[in-house]
Amino acid sequence: MSNMAVVKKLLKYLKGSRRYLLLSLVLAAITVALTLLIPILTGVAVDYMIGQGNVDIPGVVRILLIITVAVAVTAVAQWIMNIINNSVTYSIVQKVRSEAFENLQSVSLSYIDSHPSGDIVNRVISDVDQFSEGLLMGLTQVFSSAMTIVGTLAFMVYINWKIALVVLLVTPLSFVVAAFIAKRTYSMFKLRSETQGEATAYIDEMITGKNIVAAFSCEEAVGARFDEINERLNKATLDAVFYSSITNPATRFVNSLVYALVGLTGAISAVSGGISVGALSSFLSYANQYTKPFNEISGVVTELQNAIVCAGRILHVIEQPREADGSEENSIDLDRGEVNIKDVSFSYSKEKKLIEHLNLKIKKGQRVAIVGPTGCGKTTLINLLMRFYDVDKGEICLEGVNINHMPRRNLREGYGMVLQETWLRGGTVKENIAFGKSDATDEEIIEAAKKAYAHSFIKRLPKGYDTVISENGGLSQGQKQLLCIARLMLINPAMLILDEATSSIDTRTELKIQKAFATLMEGKTSFIVAHRLSTIREADVILVMKDGSIVEMGNHEELMAKGGFYKELYNAGLNKE
Amino acid sequence: MIDLKKLFVYLKNYKKECVLGPAFKLLEALFELFVPLVMASVIDRGINNADNMHIWKMIGVMILLGVIGLVCSITAQYFCAVAAVGFSGKIRSVLFKHIQSLDFKTADKIGTSTLITRITSDLNQLQNGVNLVLRLFLRSPFIVFGAAIMAFTVDVKASLIFLATIPLLSVIVFAVILGGAPVYKKVQSALDNILKITRENLTGARVIRAFGAEGAEIERFNRGNSTLKSKQLFAGRITALMNPLTYVVVNLSVVYILYSGAIRVNTGNLTQGEVVALVNYMSQILIELVKLANLIITVTKAVACGNRIADVLAIEGGMETAHSTDTVTSAVEFKNVSLSYNENGEKSLDNISFAVTEGMSVGVIGVTGSGKSSLVNLIPRFYDVTEGEVFVMGKNVKSYPVKALRKLIAIVPQKAQLFKGTIRSNVTFGKRDATDEEINRAIAIAQAEDVVLAKGGLDGEVAQMGRNLSGGQRQRLTIARAILTGAKILVLDDSASALDYKTDFSLRRAISKIEGVTTFIVSQRASSVMNCDMIITLEDGTVAGIGTHKELLEKCEVYSEIYYSQYERSGDNE
Repeated sequence: MSNMAVVKKLLKYLKGSRRYLLLSLVLAAITVALTLLIPILTGVAVDYMIGQGNVDIPGVVRILLIITVAVAVTAVAQWIMNIINNSVTYSIVQKVRSEAFENLQSVSLSYIDSHPSGDIVNRVISDVDQFSEGLLMGLTQVFSSAMTIVGTLAFMVYINWKIALVVLLVTPLSFVVAAFIAKRTYSMFKLRSETQGEATAYIDEMITGKNIVAAFSCEEAVGARFDEINERLNKATLDAVFYSSITNPATRFVNSLVYALVGLTGAISAVSGGISVGALSSFLSYANQYTKPFNEISGVVTELQNAIVCAGRILHVIEQPREADGSEENSIDLDRGEVNIKDVSFSYSKEKKLIEHLNLKIKKGQRVAIVGPTGCGKTTLINLLMRFYDVDKGEICLEGVNINHMPRRNLREGYGMVLQETWLRGGTVKENIAFGKSDATDEEIIEAAKKAYAHSFIKRLPKGYDTVISENGGLSQGQKQLLCIARLMLINPAMLILDEATSSIDTRTELKIQKAFATLMEGKTSFIVAHRLSTIREADVILVMKDGSIVEMGNHEELMAKGGFYKELYNAGLNKE
Repeated sequence: MIDLKKLFVYLKNYKKECVLGPAFKLLEALFELFVPLVMASVIDRGINNADNMHIWKMIGVMILLGVIGLVCSITAQYFCAVAAVGFSGKIRSVLFKHIQSLDFKTADKIGTSTLITRITSDLNQLQNGVNLVLRLFLRSPFIVFGAAIMAFTVDVKASLIFLATIPLLSVIVFAVILGGAPVYKKVQSALDNILKITRENLTGARVIRAFGAEGAEIERFNRGNSTLKSKQLFAGRITALMNPLTYVVVNLSVVYILYSGAIRVNTGNLTQGEVVALVNYMSQILIELVKLANLIITVTKAVACGNRIADVLAIEGGMETAHSTDTVTSAVEFKNVSLSYNENGEKSLDNISFAVTEGMSVGVIGVTGSGKSSLVNLIPRFYDVTEGEVFVMGKNVKSYPVKALRKLIAIVPQKAQLFKGTIRSNVTFGKRDATDEEINRAIAIAQAEDVVLAKGGLDGEVAQMGRNLSGGQRQRLTIARAILTGAKILVLDDSASALDYKTDFSLRRAISKIEGVTTFIVSQRASSVMNCDMIITLEDGTVAGIGTHKELLEKCEVYSEIYYSQYERSGDNE
């Protein structure tokens, strides 16, 4: 994304605040006008003090009263302007963050899977922060600077329009210089932001995996690797900060050349009587005033540039294409689902084929077990059923409708899912159980917890159902899994997906949960990934997967009779050693 | 503010830059002051005497002054950037290592998200702040006091107003910074919150979508986001005062100078020109303060963020080594050990005692939440016992330097955590210099040969958290990682749960063949522990029974119940 494209997109965000911006502009005009007026009033007051015994004290007092009023008005205008700028900036920042977050909820999972979470977090947090900084500084500076330029220009034209024209034509030179430097430093800022993202990703990973680092006493090696990234980050930062900070001295230099030039032409024309000395001196002072805003803008150019790069990175998240969605017309009323997988092929990367020409028809209410060695594609199949990933070829139909044509919401609401990976969000136990049904009553929640055999341990927590689950620690892996199951028990979905749902739970509890699952699955289509053979045996269809394809399919008796891969797996599981 | 001082030690290596940067900045300002004098000469001598030569010469001087100013200022920018970037780079490195050194309990309490904001967002703010302070903040007092001193040379009595104005201005500047800093601290902690939500949503994307909870999560994020905004606005309101307040103070001083000046001119104690000079000096202060006001947010934020960083650095992280001469002969021994994770919280382990001799295999079994993980986490001293003592290789764990202790133990945690990199970089995490032969042997024991094959060799890519691997593949790589260290004590904390029975069985058989290693196997499955030399059965944090499979089956009800619950089901058709 080029600089300009980013700025253009940012302007769109400013649109909503047009009225405030206009007000801010008016206030800036008032502030600048009064600020320029005060020196003139001071001059008038000084003119009243001609010498000893010759001071017009009432005149001075009158002027001073006017100055006091002007100061009061300026201060109030400034204050309101500051507050408006603050509120405009933070409103935009809020909007940008919300949009980024909202988009993250609907981008394809492959985006989330393939980007380090630390990097995405960095975009949503740090980058937006830097962007807001630049924006605020920009708003504050640009408006009053623009007004100062307009004001002083008016005065200069009034005094001598010819020299004013020279000034007007020459000053943009400083912009050219600024633009030249900005163009060259843009890539530096980009590198810096990218390195920052890399550092954050590493920080994120290593702080999350801190326990492993400690367990293997790897602090030094990890620290050394971080120092390497940090070193690069420092270098990138230094380059970006230093080279962009040349902008300000450079524009000031250009402006002092302009000043000298005005002095030269002014003085020479004064020698030939083209302009009076007094006029030249006030002209010079205005020329000075006029170039100041240019200097000030270029003084914050580092922040502005950084802001644009950061904005580009956040826009990248906002503009990530969303998951394709089917149309509402094709939403179906799910009851106990019939799933038809027709000639499906899928792989995560083009180089490595995974699922090829998979065909499978599952009747309503069937219990499907998926078995196979680890890494054979069981989880991938679930990814496709839930449409976390789209098939490359073929189609998956639910009750006769291609799942790509129905709303994702509709599809996913049909499934209840417990994954091996326990994920709970920060919040209370109660909130976590009610995750899929936020309007659940306390009774329903407790009921669900009882079904998942989580009630007894929850009761023993310091605050029972209101105990806050912290980011790390607190609950054991098995307890977390019980909560995930309780979460499922509450929603009573049309179909079930259980991916090693009870792997961390002790067998006694598991046995009871299996019974609860059995009740829940009664007459529902369900997919179960498990290694417990008892669960598998009871399935209507067993899919035996190996290296991404289904090598055998049938019920337990059929497969045992066949004497193939399944029998081998089954016997290994029964091996009593 | 006091905490912030602790950070200044990291500027130590940049003393030269910290002095030279502002010094060149002042030099530049000084040269800038000559420009009006040169221009005056152009007017007085050049124009008045119609001396074109002099005009050209003086303009040449002005350009020269401009060049000198340019050089000074670029030099200043360079030194300031070096100091600011070097300073924050140093802190980043120190902070990262400090966080790595925090013990588990402390880190659990602080939370991952806030640690991440501090080392990223907060540090960036601090860096910006330092850079601006060096570049501009030091210049301001110089100009302000310089102008005041110049005023006194003009007229002492009329300049007394400066003595009132400058302290007042200082009070305003410091009040805004010190008043704003705590508010910005709140802003940053609101930022922590939305960072936490974002992280959570990235790791839980599947569950959130499966439960259709996107809307609720967006709402939650938006709530946090509006809290952040309202805090930002509040903080903004404080810093927004700076500009108008200083403007009022300075201009009222000008009004006072004009008024008292008028009276003193009238009595003949002051000339008109002197009044103009005094007013000019006051205006110079104003211009400087306006510049300052634009930076005040950055500086205030930097103070707040610097404090947050100092807070983390101030946390005593490491575990202390205690002197203990008690020795035992066993490889691992627990003596009346109790553990509770938080003070006056429920005990997760209660009065546990057992001894394990070298080379034994120990099974740990019990229902969910019975304290299995807590027990094995005490062996490498991830947590400190609340009561009792833990001995490893004959010595109290507290008497070891923590690193030396952990070198003795290889643990495979329940959650299979891998890092971005290659299979090699992950497996050699605990032993960087391992040869391919050693690596392959460890991988073979961990039954992970097919993982290596599937990823195209040892240098096959592993994504962050091992996301491109299945649960079982991840677990086997973490096991290989532990085996490779060659540690004397191997702890498998329910780390084969995603493996099918066949692989699990082969794994255990391979591990049992490694010589001289004491093994702890935590599991839900009776089949995983039944062949161990000793099985510890836990219930609600207490020992329900210790013994061999046979012994426990006879006398320990909890164990036999677990055993039969599994073998009834999977063994009944035999």
